Amino acid sequence: MSTHAHAPAHEAKPLGIDPPGTTHVSHEHHEFGFLRKYIFSTDHKVIGLQFLFTGLVMLLLGGLMAMAIRWQLAYPWTEMPVLGRLLFPATGGVTTPEGYTMLFTMHGTLMIFFVVIPLLTGTFGNYLIPLMLGAPDMAFPRLNMLGYWFWWPGIFCILLSFGAEGGGPAAGWTAYPPLSTIESAAPGSNWGQNWMLISLTFVGVSSMMGAVNYVTTIVKMRAPGMTFFRMPLSIWSLLVAALLQLFALPVLTAATFMQLFDRLFDAGFFTPTGVIINNVSPEAIGQAAGGHPLLWQHLFWFYAHPAVYILVVPSMGFVSDILAVHGRKPIFGYKPMVYSICGIAGLGFIVWGHHMFMSGMNPSVGLVFMTATIMIALPSAVKVFNWLGTLWGARIQVTTPMLFAVSFVAMFIIGGLSGIWMASTPVDIYIHDTYIIVAHFHYVVFAGSMMAIFAAIYHWFPKMFGRAMNETLGKIHFVGTFIALNGVFYMMHQLGLAGLMRRTADPYAYETYAHLQPMNQFISWCAFALLGWQIFFVLNFFGSMVWGKRVGRNPWNACSLEWEAPSPPGHGNFDKPLAVYHGPYEYGVPDAPKDFVPQTQKAVGFQVHA
Amino acid sequence: MMWLFLVTDALLFAGFLGGYAFCRLASDKPWPDRTQVFDLTFITLMTFALITSSTTMASAVLAARNGRLQAARGFLLVTALIGLGFLGMQAVEWSHFIHAGARMDSNPWGVPGFSSYFFLITGFHGTHVLIGVVVLLLTTLRSLQRSNADELVEVVGLYWHFVDLVWVFVFGCYYLV
Repeated sequence: MSTHAHAPAHEAKPLGIDPPGTTHVSHEHHEFGFLRKYIFSTDHKVIGLQFLFTGLVMLLLGGLMAMAIRWQLAYPWTEMPVLGRLLFPATGGVTTPEGYTMLFTMHGTLMIFFVVIPLLTGTFGNYLIPLMLGAPDMAFPRLNMLGYWFWWPGIFCILLSFGAEGGGPAAGWTAYPPLSTIESAAPGSNWGQNWMLISLTFVGVSSMMGAVNYVTTIVKMRAPGMTFFRMPLSIWSLLVAALLQLFALPVLTAATFMQLFDRLFDAGFFTPTGVIINNVSPEAIGQAAGGHPLLWQHLFWFYAHPAVYILVVPSMGFVSDILAVHGRKPIFGYKPMVYSICGIAGLGFIVWGHHMFMSGMNPSVGLVFMTATIMIALPSAVKVFNWLGTLWGARIQVTTPMLFAVSFVAMFIIGGLSGIWMASTPVDIYIHDTYIIVAHFHYVVFAGSMMAIFAAIYHWFPKMFGRAMNETLGKIHFVGTFIALNGVFYMMHQLGLAGLMRRTADPYAYETYAHLQPMNQFISWCAFALLGWQIFFVLNFFGSMVWGKRVGRNPWNACSLEWEAPSPPGHGNFDKPLAVYHGPYEYGVPDAPKDFVPQTQKAVGFQVHA
Repeated sequence: MMWLFLVTDALLFAGFLGGYAFCRLASDKPWPDRTQVFDLTFITLMTFALITSSTTMASAVLAARNGRLQAARGFLLVTALIGLGFLGMQAVEWSHFIHAGARMDSNPWGVPGFSSYFFLITGFHGTHVLIGVVVLLLTTLRSLQRSNADELVEVVGLYWHFVDLVWVFVFGCYYLV
C-alpha cells in the first residue's frame, strides 16, 4: 500500500481528542521488499485487497459459466459462440448433456465458495474490521495471511477438477449421494468430485482461520470508548457471520471427509443398500452399502443453510451503513437491527430441513422446519422496516453506492417474500426444484448480496485507493445492471410457476415446456447484457485506480472511524490516537457545528442521538 | 482464540458422532454386540491412561503459572509420554480389529457402518492426540524459555483436555452404549 506521503493534508476540523493527538501511534514504519509488502503481506488491508482481486476474477469465471448455461437453455444443442470452442472442443462447441450438468455445478460452487463468501467476509471483513474499530491490525496478522494462502490450494483443486478424467463434478453444488459417491453414476463422479471435496476442505480451513481472527479482533481490539453498542452495523454483521462460519463449517468438513472416505475407501457412509446406478449395483463391485443418503443431506444443509446467511448477513450490515451515510440520517432502530441480525443467525441453525421437504423426511419434522423458517420473516421484516424508516424523510444523496444500497433493499424484499411463501410445505411440493427456487436464491444472492458488494466497493473504494470512482460511469453501471438482472431473474418466477424444472439441459424435449423457450431466450439475452454491462464497472474500477479524483480522508462526510485514517491508510492505519465518544450514526444532529459528528468528536454544547 | 478453535473442532466431532448415531438408530440390521468385538478391559485401560494425562497436564499448567518451570517441563513430558502410550495402545486395538476382519467397507459382524465409523472417528481422534503430543514436545523443548510460558502452557492444556473430553464421548458412544 502507499505510504502516508500520498495522503493529502487532513482538513482542519475539531476533533475533540484529549490529549490532543500529535504523537504517532502507528507501528514503526517498516520498509518491506515487494514480496513481503504485496504478496506475503500480513497487513489486513493488503490481504483484503488480495481477496477482492482474486474474488473478482473468480466472479468473471463463474459469470462466464452462467452465460454458457444460458446459451444452452436458449438455443439447445447449437454451437455456442465464443465460449463453445473452449469448453466443448470435442463436439465443435455444442454443449454436451454431462457438460451442462458440470457447468451448473461449478457455477454454484464457484459463486458461493470463491466469490460471494470471500468478497463479503474476506475482502470487507479484513479491510473494515480493524479500521472501523480503530485497531492497527488484526489480532493475528500471520494467521490472517495464512487464511488467504489456504484459499489458493482450494482454487487450484477446484480448477484441477475440470481437467480430471470425465470432467468436473456433476452432482450439483449440493453433491447429493449416491450421484456424488458412486464413480459410475456420472462422468464427473470420477476424480473431479474428489478434487471438489478436497478444495472445499481447504476453503473451510481458510474461512475458519478468518473467522477466528475476526471474532478475536472484534472482542479484543476495539479503540478506547468503542463499546459493543457503538460499533457500526457492518462490524456487527461481520461478527455474526464469523460466528456462523465457526459453528457451521466444521460440520461440512466432517461431511466432506465422510464423502471422501466413501469415494476413496468405499466406506459406504452414504450409499444405501440395494441401489442400482447405471445398471451396476455398488455392492456387486465391492463397495459398502447400508449407508444413508439422507444423512448427507442433513449434514450438508446443517452447514449450507447457515452459509446462506453468511452470504446475506454482511451485506445487510454494509447496506445499513451506506443508507445512513448517504441518507444523512441516523439508522432507524440501531439496537433492533443488532438483535434482528442475531435472531436471523440463530434461527438459521434450525431451519435446514426446509431444503429436504421432498426428500422422504418425516412430514411432522417438516412441519417444525416450516414453522421455524417462517419465523425468520420476523427479524427480516424488522430489518426491512428499519431500512425504510431510515430512508423516510432522509436527505438522500443520489450517489452510486446509495443507488446500489437502495436497490438491495428492494430486491431483498422480493427475494425474502418468495422465501416465506416457499417455506410452507404444501407450496413446496408443487414448486420444489423448479425455476421458482432458482429465481428466489438469485434474488437474494445476486440481486441482494452482489448489489451490496457493488455498493460497498463504490463506498469504500476512496478509502482503499485514495481516489474516488467515477460517478457517471457508476450510475450507468447501476441502471444497466438493475434492469438486466430483473429481466433475468424476475422472469424465472414465471417459468417456475409453469413447472419448468431446474438442472435440465433440454427441457423442451418435453412437450409441456416447449412453449417456454421464447421466454428463456429473453432471459438469456438479458443475462448476456448483464455480463456485458459489467464492462462499465471494470473500466471504472481500474480507471479510477489510476485517474480517479484524489480524495481526502473523509469524502462522504461519514462518522465511523475508518474515515479518520488517511486514504489509503498506511501501515498501522491511524496516525493519531483515537477515542470514541458516541455511536457511528450521528447525522443531522441539532445544534452541532456540521451535519455529522465523527465518533471521535466529543459532543460539547449539543446532544447526540446515542 | 483457542476456545473458538475448540468450538469448531467440537462441532467437527459432533458431525461425525451425529452421523454415527443416525446410522446406528436407522440401521435395519442389529448392531454388533460390543462385548463380542472389543476387549473392554483394554479399552478401559486406554481411557484411564488418557484421563490420567489430563491430571498431569493440569499439574503442568499450575506449575508454569507458579513459575516452577522445571516441574512444568517434567509434567509436560509425562503427559506427552502417556499420550504416546495411548497411541500405541490404539495401534494395538486397530491391528486386533483389522486382524479380526474389519475393513473400511465391511466387517464380519454385519453392518458395514460399524467398522467404517469406527475407523473414521477413532482415526480422527488419534490424529488429534498425535498433533497434541507433537505440540506438547515442542512446548517442552522451546516455548518454556519465553516470557509468556505460562500462557502458552495453558493454551496447550486447553487443547489437551479437549482431546480427552472427545475421547470420553467416543468411549461412551462406541464401547459403553
